[in-house]
Amino acid sequence: MQPTDIRDPGHFHRVVDCQWACPAHTDVPEYIRLIAQGKFTEAYLVNRESNVFPGILGRVCDRPCEPACRRSRVEAEPVAICRLKRVAADHRDDVRPYLPSVPAQKNGKRIACIGAGPASLTVANDLMPLGYEVTIFEKWGTPGGLMRTNIPAFRLPEGVLDEEIGYILDMGVDLRLGSPVTSMERLLAGGEFDAVFVGSGAPKGKDLDLPGRRGPKEVQDHIHIGIDWLESVAFEHVKSIGQRVLIIGVGNTAMDCCRTSLRLGASEVKVMARKPRGFFKASDWELEDAEEENVEIIVNHAPKAFVVEAGRLAGMLFDRMEYDLDADGRILAERVLGEEMIPCDDVILAIGQENAFPWIEDGLGIEFDKWHVPKVDPVTFQSSLPQVFFGGDAAFGPKNIIWAVEHGHQAAISLHKYCQGLPVADRPPPMVTLSSRKMGLHEWSYKNDYNPLERRTMPHVALKERFKKVDIEVELGFTAEQVEIEVQRCMNCDIQTVFDARLCIECDACIDICPMDCLTMTTNAPEEELRSKLKAPALNLDQPLFVSSPLQHTGRVMVKDEDVCVHCSLCAERCPTAAWDMQKSKIQIPYASDEIPPSCLTHKTRKTA
Amino acid sequence: MSFIAKPKVAHPSLPRNALGLTRRDYEGGMSTLCAGCGHDSVTAAIVEAIWEMSIRPEQLVKLSGIGCSSKTTAYFDSGGHGFNSVHGRMPSIATGAISANRDLHYVGVSGDGDTLSIGFGQFAHAIRRNLNMLYIIENNGVYGLTKGQFSASADIGTKAKRGEENRQPPVDPVLTALTLGGSFIARSFSGDKEQLVPLIMAGLRHRGFALIDVLSPCVTFNDHQGSTKSYSFIRENYDAVVHADFIAPAQEITASYAAGEAMSVAMHDGSRILLRKLDPSYDPTDRTRAYAYLRSRLAQGEYVTGLIHIDESSPDFHEVSGSSTTPMNQLPYARLSPGSEGLKKILNRYR
Repeated sequence: MQPTDIRDPGHFHRVVDCQWACPAHTDVPEYIRLIAQGKFTEAYLVNRESNVFPGILGRVCDRPCEPACRRSRVEAEPVAICRLKRVAADHRDDVRPYLPSVPAQKNGKRIACIGAGPASLTVANDLMPLGYEVTIFEKWGTPGGLMRTNIPAFRLPEGVLDEEIGYILDMGVDLRLGSPVTSMERLLAGGEFDAVFVGSGAPKGKDLDLPGRRGPKEVQDHIHIGIDWLESVAFEHVKSIGQRVLIIGVGNTAMDCCRTSLRLGASEVKVMARKPRGFFKASDWELEDAEEENVEIIVNHAPKAFVVEAGRLAGMLFDRMEYDLDADGRILAERVLGEEMIPCDDVILAIGQENAFPWIEDGLGIEFDKWHVPKVDPVTFQSSLPQVFFGGDAAFGPKNIIWAVEHGHQAAISLHKYCQGLPVADRPPPMVTLSSRKMGLHEWSYKNDYNPLERRTMPHVALKERFKKVDIEVELGFTAEQVEIEVQRCMNCDIQTVFDARLCIECDACIDICPMDCLTMTTNAPEEELRSKLKAPALNLDQPLFVSSPLQHTGRVMVKDEDVCVHCSLCAERCPTAAWDMQKSKIQIPYASDEIPPSCLTHKTRKTA
Repeated sequence: MSFIAKPKVAHPSLPRNALGLTRRDYEGGMSTLCAGCGHDSVTAAIVEAIWEMSIRPEQLVKLSGIGCSSKTTAYFDSGGHGFNSVHGRMPSIATGAISANRDLHYVGVSGDGDTLSIGFGQFAHAIRRNLNMLYIIENNGVYGLTKGQFSASADIGTKAKRGEENRQPPVDPVLTALTLGGSFIARSFSGDKEQLVPLIMAGLRHRGFALIDVLSPCVTFNDHQGSTKSYSFIRENYDAVVHADFIAPAQEITASYAAGEAMSVAMHDGSRILLRKLDPSYDPTDRTRAYAYLRSRLAQGEYVTGLIHIDESSPDFHEVSGSSTTPMNQLPYARLSPGSEGLKKILNRYR
């Protein structure tokens, strides 16, 4: 193998698995370390740099970081990253003095954002400090998009939403509520804006056109589209539901629907899944929370018909399914075992959602594919009409909030470049800086002891209490004692083991001390061969190998398998020549503000690292 | 030395031996030696060897004298028996322990100071008696614990850290053991575990005194230019005559080498050492030629390493002395202690 180029930010970025997995590349280890030091405000600000809604996402993020967490490869459970994000948000002081300030002198460019969801709000957050005038058009009477309409208040309180959305709107965003854009053509023809960002989400819930669906109004009134129904609950248009409710689908929307049903008075809620549990789309923690509330999840039932008796919805008919699975859990064959009618008063369909653009006219130059999804550049988010950009669910279909935020950041860079007449595809590169964490002979400026304790579990409001009102937040947040333990479970993956082959005397000390058998000195070979002959074979191909240049005594190479390194620093402590050093890698992810010389920016920063 | 404990966490797919134990189960306390000390690598090699041999932790007896080397017994096999004896007197303690219980494995870890200066007499007699033990010398040519004086193994012309030159001729433990009739004599290097680990395994299986002189650089006082026991000097002047593979009785011998390049030595318990000869003319069973070869390479300033001499035929201490085959702790008290009447009878024999 060629020696690893440690000047390439990609190498160290991949090693910080949580940050690598996060669509917005949030600097997770840094904010967890700040929480450990009691610096909640600083932790919040580190978070907010990439993830503009730490309080919101600390409650409802889909957490792609957690399955990636290295801790889960060393023991069973990852660090409760998302819960810790909430800790920083809950305990921060006033962050307003440290937020980017907006220049009084505008740059003369005007941006229209369609939909006041997370993608548009992120665009506004990034562009307002650069002097842009941003107008957001929102069809509802409140901003937030699906964060407000689709996520029930018992998971995400209104106050948290208002505060974090407020930080952005208070920069002077021209928010036009109750103003749906009904014609892209008119918006463009008006000439009011230099560029348009479409962040209108995927607002159309999928229907299930089965026998009985198109029945009389009496039946129609008891069959609901999940996201529309949640929206109606959020805006208090719906305040009750029948006693027996069936939810069709097992995604996160289904979990919100079943739990909301319980709060609106349902006593018997069943979630109906077509396939076995391994195929559920809902996150584990959302399934757990629903089951804790005594929601019954019934597997292997494929919906067949709505049963209408005497002009009323009586229940749903299902095919009872059986599946043959292979060793990897894939379906080899399926059989129908029979039918089953499950009686109910209401059905909520939560089988997916899609984007819909009835308001974008043909012939404008905005191309759509055969599913009527706009053709959007996956890097620049530019559509085929150069001044129109898409982001969030509107661009590539339903994902999650943190993806929408990242789309917003990337689109903001593109919008800025477009408005300044610069090539949009010319993206600023990520950078990495490394700085030693060594303080004394045996002292490191981070806590490197491996903490063997298990993941803390989130305390919840007692079951009896939580159904009294629809907006009682169920999760209470970690206690101080829980925080103290959970922060120390983070393995500081951003503190890298940096090796200098020129200093190595090949004494084996690092290899002997490594508790995880991550290090090997051996003759160089192609990657596949090298992976097999390490002290512990490197089987996780997602984790890079570090390969040094040839060592001076024997010409062998030092190989480090990053897979299960716990960053305990023992290799660096044992090294007599400091060939190993623990160095913090700071991955600098470019934002629109990086396009402006620092001297032109006025916002204050708090030094955090 | 390190100031934080090695975390208990281990690689999730760390292999297990026949007893279901991992390498980590054979570790001891955290080393307090200097970072980079060759002795820590010897410790790691011992851990690897006893893990691979599936020795039950409590079947091993660790013995040592005084010095940096003698601290290392604390750093492996925390479940084993241990005795830190007086400076240079480890062989006496070993003799007593071995007499009392021949069912255990004995590992003595000593240094060049402990063995070749104050303990030289004891060392010689342990070889002469062919005590059934593995005796490892962690040889760094320097008194590290007392801040860097030359030891008895320091070569003529080698320089101390502050520049003084050694003028006294060294004692070579390997040549000494060859002269004294040692039955298993090897030399290795702490930085070459591929060679060292099988040697330790073979040494533990050898019936009789197994000496391994391990060049183990002192990173603090003897790892500079002008030292003949630095990492760089040893790597440059390294002459491996044989490479050993240890084959336990249960394992099939799968390695095959061209005729004339490999030699298989059967040990009394059925295990084997497969010697891949890097120098085809080298014969480790011929004591006289081994001695001559060593002397000739020494004149070139080279360290000959590998299994230098082996003789599985010489009787060990138990055979010669007719010691009890039953460990003394398993003998009934009446047999262990003749009582006052018995003592009288014994004494009467000499009247």
